[in-house]
Amino acid sequence: MYSEKVMDHFEHPRNVGEIEDASGVGTVGNAKCGDIMRIYLDIDENQIIRDVKFKTFGCGAAVATSSMATELVKGKSIQEAMQVTNKAVMEALDGLPPVKVHCSLLAEEAIHAALWDYAEKHDIKIEGLEKPKSDIHEGGEEEEEDY
Amino acid sequence: MDKLIYLDNASTTQVYPEVFKAMKPYFTEYYGNPSSIYSFAGESKKAVDSARDKIAGFIGAKPEEIYFTAGGSESDNWAIKATAQAYSGKGKHIITTTIEHHAVLHTCQALEKQGFEVTYINTDSEGIVDINELKAAIRPDTILISVMMANNEIGTIQPVAEIGKLAKEKDILFHTDAVQAFGQLPINVDDCHIDMLSASGHKLNGPKGIGFLYIRKGVKIRSFVHGGAQERKRRAGTENVPGIVGLGTAVERAVKTMEERAGKEKELRDYLIDRVLEEIPYCRLNGHRTERLANNANFSFRFIEGESLLIRLDMKGICGSSGSACTSGSLDPSHVLLAIGLPHEIAHGSLRLTLGEDTTREELDYVVEALKEIVSGLRDMSPLYEDFVKKNAKEN
Repeated sequence: MYSEKVMDHFEHPRNVGEIEDASGVGTVGNAKCGDIMRIYLDIDENQIIRDVKFKTFGCGAAVATSSMATELVKGKSIQEAMQVTNKAVMEALDGLPPVKVHCSLLAEEAIHAALWDYAEKHDIKIEGLEKPKSDIHEGGEEEEEDY
Repeated sequence: MDKLIYLDNASTTQVYPEVFKAMKPYFTEYYGNPSSIYSFAGESKKAVDSARDKIAGFIGAKPEEIYFTAGGSESDNWAIKATAQAYSGKGKHIITTTIEHHAVLHTCQALEKQGFEVTYINTDSEGIVDINELKAAIRPDTILISVMMANNEIGTIQPVAEIGKLAKEKDILFHTDAVQAFGQLPINVDDCHIDMLSASGHKLNGPKGIGFLYIRKGVKIRSFVHGGAQERKRRAGTENVPGIVGLGTAVERAVKTMEERAGKEKELRDYLIDRVLEEIPYCRLNGHRTERLANNANFSFRFIEGESLLIRLDMKGICGSSGSACTSGSLDPSHVLLAIGLPHEIAHGSLRLTLGEDTTREELDYVVEALKEIVSGLRDMSPLYEDFVKKNAKEN
């Protein structure tokens, strides 16, 4: 059901771990729905993402999207990181099964949450960044009527 | 280990070579329609009758009370919908449990939309139906009680004899979904006062696409599939002769091996449960410790998610299943695990391993070692575990 790229990122996730005294940390999702992603960012004085780590509780797609999202933002400026949308993550993974699309939203949201934390700590404003929702599933997909 | 370790026998089983061998001639040699008059078709009819006899004998029923269907889900649907239809003059109330298979639960929900009332009885934390709650739920307009014989996820065996007795006393029909229990436990429909019983072939090393519904003589329910005189006019459609032969052979074999098989599986199951609980921290067994099917083990591992666990097990050649949301296609984890009171995040981290007759201790040793490594690896990347460890460090 998963693409080879998804399986590769699941089997060998990139950038797993924590960053001590990170510039920004963001945690999104909730345990009730079975997905939690946490992203740590280390951002230098030129607003370049020097390092990024993640931890994820979730399915194969959740792990793979976290891993891919960290690859896509590493070494980038925070403005470039803002361009890493869920679509970009999905495309980089050669697609996701329809029921797993919310995982890619979670990855985008986790990056944004970490950037928000960074912006708050440094008292700056990042163009286009909004305060992260605490749970991306709120008002999410509707369940199918199956009888 | 290069070979596949198949521990998902509650999902489906391997068709045993002798079962397949018995079926084969009914595809290519004796392909006649059992309803036809010529003697060539007589072979097919004989085979169907013989399978029916074997199954009836196993559950203490009469052969004419066995109706072949396409499987467990059809049997459940038929039993419940047809009872509702036939007995709606007496009442429109049905009692079932919160841990039934969806073939029962969704059928009941569909009936609710048609004006029936359904009471869903809770279970205790080990998944055993609360008989007092059931007793209290009975009303003058209750027409059916449907309680599974053993749960498909956590393996818990239900007190069906007690429930059947209660139903009989109150003159209410009693249906049991025995899909998981059939071939695993001895069943007698008279002793347990069962009026209808659903079973499926592929859970006991028979073929897929075949099952049956036992309907006690005198129960008024009508055909669910119209269009022919097969199955005493109650289930139209040309008989799946090879499937029926396969089911009959599988039952015959299951009866013969049941005692020894259950003994062996129970021993291995307990070995697996003991090792996992002892060697993997923050883990629990779901379901009753002893009142469970001999081949069923169901664990929850805190801080990790079931689908990730399944994929990693698959990479090591191990087949299992999980009640996590991601494996069900919805955002909610298993309704059974929630019904026994597990919080969502713990239900998401569940793993069901169901043994087969050929499972060996060596395989289970390999599985335990694999589990230890995988669970610890997934926890290392889990933010929930990170929070837990940090909280503990702070407290100490």
